[in-house]
Amino acid sequence: MEDIILLSHGNGGEATRKLIEEEILKYLGNEILEELLDSALIDIKGKIAFTTDSFVVSPIFFKGGDIGKLSIYGTINDLSVMGAKPLYVSVGFILEEGLSLKEFRKILESMRSAVEECGVKVVTGDTKVVEKGKGDKIYINTTGIGIIEDGISWHGRRIEEGDIIIINGEVGEHGLSIMLERLGIKTEEIESDLAPLHNLTLPLLKISNGIKFMRDPTRGGVASVLNEIAQKYNVEIEIDEDKIPVKPWVKNASEILGIDPLYSANEGKIVIVADKKEEKKIMEFLRNHPLGQKAQIIGEIKGKGKRVYLKTKMGTKRILDPLKKDLLPRIC
Amino acid sequence: MDIRELVERIKKISKKEINIMEFCGTHTHEIFRYGIRQLLPENIHLLSGPGCPVCVTSEEDIDYIIELAQNYDLSIITFGDLVNVPGNNGSLNYLRAKGKEVIVVYSPLESINIAKQNPNKKYLLIGIGFETTAPNLAFTLIKAKEENIKNLYFLSLHKLTPPAMKAILDMGEIKIDGIIGPGHVSTIIGRKGWEGLFNEYKIPFVIMGFKPEEILYGIYHLVKIIEEEKPALINAYEKSVKEEGNKSALEYMYKVFKKGSASWRGLGIIEDSGLILNETFEEFDIRKIYPQKTKSIKLKNNYCRCGEVLRGVIKPTDCPLFGKSCTPESPKGPCMVSSEGTCSAYYLYGGE
Repeated sequence: MEDIILLSHGNGGEATRKLIEEEILKYLGNEILEELLDSALIDIKGKIAFTTDSFVVSPIFFKGGDIGKLSIYGTINDLSVMGAKPLYVSVGFILEEGLSLKEFRKILESMRSAVEECGVKVVTGDTKVVEKGKGDKIYINTTGIGIIEDGISWHGRRIEEGDIIIINGEVGEHGLSIMLERLGIKTEEIESDLAPLHNLTLPLLKISNGIKFMRDPTRGGVASVLNEIAQKYNVEIEIDEDKIPVKPWVKNASEILGIDPLYSANEGKIVIVADKKEEKKIMEFLRNHPLGQKAQIIGEIKGKGKRVYLKTKMGTKRILDPLKKDLLPRIC
Repeated sequence: MDIRELVERIKKISKKEINIMEFCGTHTHEIFRYGIRQLLPENIHLLSGPGCPVCVTSEEDIDYIIELAQNYDLSIITFGDLVNVPGNNGSLNYLRAKGKEVIVVYSPLESINIAKQNPNKKYLLIGIGFETTAPNLAFTLIKAKEENIKNLYFLSLHKLTPPAMKAILDMGEIKIDGIIGPGHVSTIIGRKGWEGLFNEYKIPFVIMGFKPEEILYGIYHLVKIIEEEKPALINAYEKSVKEEGNKSALEYMYKVFKKGSASWRGLGIIEDSGLILNETFEEFDIRKIYPQKTKSIKLKNNYCRCGEVLRGVIKPTDCPLFGKSCTPESPKGPCMVSSEGTCSAYYLYGGE
């Protein structure tokens, strides 16, 4: 008989204790978490970044990662793009009755390795179990705290005409890989770009004070982040289609599924707005970094406005809309 | 020929102020995506047609699907695009959020497996699309019949392009000098599929592919016959479109379907502009089992002036509904449904 999650694992009694102590702590335990207090007690001095995110991806295992790894990297990346060194993470599990314990362990192991890689600690958490059919195997919420060193935050720097827009690599991989996974289409190269970004953003902010904005273009893709910048800072943006790096499989899949890679989610990418004067220093750093080898300057800030324009490969210009609908493929 | 050369040639021969309409949503999309309007001289105006087959789905048909799902406990199986299209009482997305099962598939054949795996549930497969998707749905129904599947029903919202084009042209004043013929639909129906329409109206008509150079190549031919005043029906997409079309696809299609009236958003009911199931497949036909209440079918939407927008007679802003009761969130006509539709583009960018 296969070991599975039962409703009793969430009853707060003996079964819950066993699940936490014998499974979760085995993978994610540390001196703070193992105290099992109602709140974690931690000492932090300085300016703190604080973020939360929930993960509901389906399928829970995909090429290039799984929901566990995603739940750690996702929160690490939200801290990283703000210039915060990630320190502590909370994890909340919502498990569906019937989830195989083997799969849960695989997810926990994947979280363990992600936590280790990022040098953070899971210091508090929660586990709930819902009836079969009321969830989809597993949902995870993570919250992260990071500390921002003096002088490296980009927050508050002014975005101006002439600033450049950079992406650290090829776009659209995560979203399209999940879509193809759902369709059962597999090839060697189809893979999510899931990666933690703190090792890129923190050194970058240290070597250049010309970074003016960073955001990881997850749901809604690069196009949505650019529109958010245009609207939040009242600037017009123009990007150049020719400069946007896209892997061939992404390009092909996007044509077939009718999904523009600029709207497809990324999990290891950053949109950066920077002072043009710092261009050389930043690009050199990025291209020498494993997560930035394909970095490109994709466009620039054109002045006041609120729209994003795309210069097409044919030299024409069109508006690049914010994402309005669900990303579903067209049928004709 | 490369793009620059094509553009130069068009500029060289184009003298008149002309309106050209593309019928197909994919053309609309590609023209927008590549900014082709900007490449053309200012005297050539491209007008967007009614767009994709999903955009032309009437509010009443969406209402009918929702009613069927709610009253007869049917799970809906459909293509993704349809779930966002609003009826008078919400969309299929809304229906799903309220707890009814709405399954999105990429291939209609998936519906057979779904029905087989859940013999205690009843499914309604929505067939939607122009001539391009109808053969697929026909094939699915033939399979379902062969396999004797009893818990799968079918609603045909399939529409035919030549009758719709004719209906648009018949609605009155036309300020269209030429038509960009849909490449995919023509692949099925052939150049021949347009002969009836062409012979009646003698309007310059060029079937085109979808790559930027194919569109410009087609526009070049279209401008040429307009300027020379020699209307013709030209196939400028020969690598895909044959004179007779795709015979086996057409055979499948008419084994399962026959022509019948269809309800178009903003245009009303158009005779013989849709595909309905023929007698052999009646057992699947949801319209026979739980007919649509005729009182709910509006014969014509009296206020939507989409037809005139499509014919180039008025601008979207001349329509009394524009921006008031008709917005991208609550579109009354097909021109407002897709973000590339003429009215929607006007609403979002002020005609930019």
